[in-house]
Amino acid sequence: MEISVTVNGVTHTGDVEPRTLLVQYIREHVGLTGTNIGCDTSSCGACSVHLNGEAVKSCTVLAVQADGQQITTIEGLAADDGTLHPMQQAFMENHGLQCGYCTPGMVMAATSLLKENPNPSEHDVRIGLEGNLCRCTGYHNIVQSVLAAATK
Amino acid sequence: MTMTDQPRTVLGTRLLRKEDPALLTGEAKFTGDIAVPGALHLAVLRSPYANATINSVDVSAALAHPGVRAAYSGADLVDLWAAPMPCAWPVTDDMKSPTHYPIAVSKAAYAGDGVACVIAETAAIAKDAIELIRVDYTRHEAVIGLEDALSDRVVVHDEIGTNRSYTWDLKIEEHEGDIDAAFAAAAHTTKERFVHQRLIPSAMEPRSVLAMPQPFGGDMTVYSATQIPHILKIFVAVVLGIPEQQLRVIAPSVGGGFGSKLDVYAEEFLCTALARKHGVPVRWTEERSEASMATIQGRAQIQDIELAADEAGRLTAIRVRLLADMGAYLQLVTPGVPLLGAFLYAGVYELPKAYDFSCTGVFTSMTPTDAYRGAGRPEATYAIERSMDSLAAQMGIDPLELRRRNFIPTASYPYEAFSGLTYDSGDHDAAATMASEMIDYAGLRARQAEQNVEGATKRLGIGVSTYFEMCGLAPSRVLASLNYGAGGWEAATVRVLPTNKVQVVTGTSPHGQGHETSWSMIAAEKLGVDPSDVDVLHSDTALAPYGLDTYGSRSLPVGGVAIANACDGVIEKARQIAAHQLEASADDLEFSDGVFRVAGSPDKEMPLAAVAWEAFTAHNLPDGMEPNLEHHTHYDPPNFSWPFGTHMCAVEVDTETGEIEVLKYVAIDDCGVQVNPLIVEGQVHGGVIQGLAQVLYEGAVYDGDGNLRTSTLAEYLVPAAPDVPPITTGHTVTPSPTNQLGVKGVGEAGTIGAAPAVMNAIVDALSGLGVHDITMPASPHTVWNAIQQAQGGSQ
Repeated sequence: MEISVTVNGVTHTGDVEPRTLLVQYIREHVGLTGTNIGCDTSSCGACSVHLNGEAVKSCTVLAVQADGQQITTIEGLAADDGTLHPMQQAFMENHGLQCGYCTPGMVMAATSLLKENPNPSEHDVRIGLEGNLCRCTGYHNIVQSVLAAATK
Repeated sequence: MTMTDQPRTVLGTRLLRKEDPALLTGEAKFTGDIAVPGALHLAVLRSPYANATINSVDVSAALAHPGVRAAYSGADLVDLWAAPMPCAWPVTDDMKSPTHYPIAVSKAAYAGDGVACVIAETAAIAKDAIELIRVDYTRHEAVIGLEDALSDRVVVHDEIGTNRSYTWDLKIEEHEGDIDAAFAAAAHTTKERFVHQRLIPSAMEPRSVLAMPQPFGGDMTVYSATQIPHILKIFVAVVLGIPEQQLRVIAPSVGGGFGSKLDVYAEEFLCTALARKHGVPVRWTEERSEASMATIQGRAQIQDIELAADEAGRLTAIRVRLLADMGAYLQLVTPGVPLLGAFLYAGVYELPKAYDFSCTGVFTSMTPTDAYRGAGRPEATYAIERSMDSLAAQMGIDPLELRRRNFIPTASYPYEAFSGLTYDSGDHDAAATMASEMIDYAGLRARQAEQNVEGATKRLGIGVSTYFEMCGLAPSRVLASLNYGAGGWEAATVRVLPTNKVQVVTGTSPHGQGHETSWSMIAAEKLGVDPSDVDVLHSDTALAPYGLDTYGSRSLPVGGVAIANACDGVIEKARQIAAHQLEASADDLEFSDGVFRVAGSPDKEMPLAAVAWEAFTAHNLPDGMEPNLEHHTHYDPPNFSWPFGTHMCAVEVDTETGEIEVLKYVAIDDCGVQVNPLIVEGQVHGGVIQGLAQVLYEGAVYDGDGNLRTSTLAEYLVPAAPDVPPITTGHTVTPSPTNQLGVKGVGEAGTIGAAPAVMNAIVDALSGLGVHDITMPASPHTVWNAIQQAQGGSQ
């Protein structure tokens, strides 16, 4: 099927197999590999991207469902001059990442969380990131990162 | 002069990580991210049965599938293997190890064992095609229970005729019979059994391999999501019979390991062998369900531990009997994991030479086990720390007080332990006191007395654990005495480039630990340059040909010290050049802040930058000196390092539902001198949550047929943010006297300290109800049942 998807402001048009997942489309067709795959049950959230501004797990969306939609991936978050997005900056300043594999999904989920709730409590942040797993940080510094970003 | 004596400007600062921008923007490349046109994709057909004879494998339908390049049974591939897959730690001379090929030939020994494989144009085609392979199996009964396995009622591997792989003993007595005498004379004894369930390491990045034949001469480059590119290179050479000099192994960004990537795996050999056979790149990325079944699992031990103590509760003897589940095969260091714990069953306590440890490794019909964060040491610490609480309860004294009575006194360090190992430094009272104050131990005990009254349904519990980490793996001669197949040294090269930028080459291989940052800090401190002017080359055997990689909290106390030593070598060479140029005696030159100064003549100085340029031009070097400013060194540590600490945890248990709420967690860790406290805290946070998760959530569940019932993250409970508490960290600093940085390492400390602290808190909350122990993981159902049983009710 031919689909047309705008990823980080650039529109890509091409054929995909109907069974192609959005995450496969982003990684293999568009060639943006910052979005990671950590499981096959929509449990880990490593593949989180924004679909029309809202965080989704791109392994639970078919590429064809994104036809005509706007996608933002981790590569589209920093400013054109390379300045990190405040959430990326907050993760760096608060050591909110170690191996970095869950990080793109975690950052995308966190930015979406702050859009919905600009002044979250620690509890709100933990609940809001429930769908994103991290094995390195124990979440402590991820939560601190998101709380710090909320004050910027 | 050691660095611990000097004023420091870089070490000890919370420098933000160099690694982060690439990881935060998606620029970092993990193995699966590397685009290679024309690469074929491997898929492995895995046995659905835990114990089955392979009668025949028919790959013809897969071969006929469009887009498939080749399909193979195990028998088809046997000629590709120059040797079977390795176990590098034959712990005893008579240890039994079944032949283990990357694809099973005649028998599937666990559910998930590879029985056939396909390479195809896309991953999807390869996965479609393995479904077309027909395997005729004869099923046999699976062996799941460890004691059942030991009985040899059903034998996993006919070729070795028994499920007993080895029995390894460590018996230490000053005089024969001391142990029995100590137990006979003891005022108090305890006898406990603890079961460590199987854990699935669950690094967030699944394993991934990409083998790329190089254009000329048969060279091969292998990318792998591994912790051990150097060790992998050796074993790819051995198993495939490839000359080692033709191999290059690269671990690009690696998404966590926790021991699960401290291994050499079937798919690494398969991709390389098939890339070589077909002359094309071959790649494979694991699915999560494969990660659960075909990547190693951890823990899986049954411990029987007995303590003997005198009237005051001071330990007089310890006896440990261990059954360790090897799984179906011995992976890289599977049999050695319990040995790493064998020296820690006395914790941080004084023990006379009265110690009797025996471990038997048994084969079962389950996924092979191997090192998982802590590897033997969390298990040992759990056993002694849970037992100390039992002893305290029996004596009717406070568990913290019992520990204080047994602590190795600070003045005794360096302390020669019962085992003959020397503990480098420690101050257990200080760590315990800091933890008590930070969690308000006295206040919690007072609140507990008020809260846990008859009929109370929300019960407060306070858990204490004190620990040694025993890391810095390891002195090569000690490893030799344990039959380990390699050394424990680490390599480093430091070069000051002509423009005064610095390259550090390390044999460590980070996967989240921030080595680029920390190693830059060490070189910057030593050489007086800015950390941003240092680049760290690692995880590529062409750039860093020597190394023993990253595991066992070894990277800083071995690899980091090697870098400091290499910097010293650079400084000494530079000193000779500067002396020559300044027409001064080298002995009169002082080096600080990156400048050589002649003592007593402050105007005569030469910065390292100028020396580096002189070393490069070689116009005016001392007679006989070689050009350039570089030093290469290998460091074999004289001892393990001994980080220690005290963790405390407060929980509230709802006796009506069995639910546990962690109210507060305090971790005091002493890892010696800290290079970067930001990174240290991160290591502790993550480690604590992994230890806590063993107690509260995680456990691989197998049914009686050997099917893994928890093969996805929907079934295996890796905790998410709402499931875990914030962690309060603190630290004391007791430098290690055995290395110039005074460092000890910190990667596993959190995990080692956490599990007993959490379980002790839960049992403490329920002790008034007669609960003595709870099986891990302590799910609400399990806790509720334990309460009902203790109360004499039905389940």
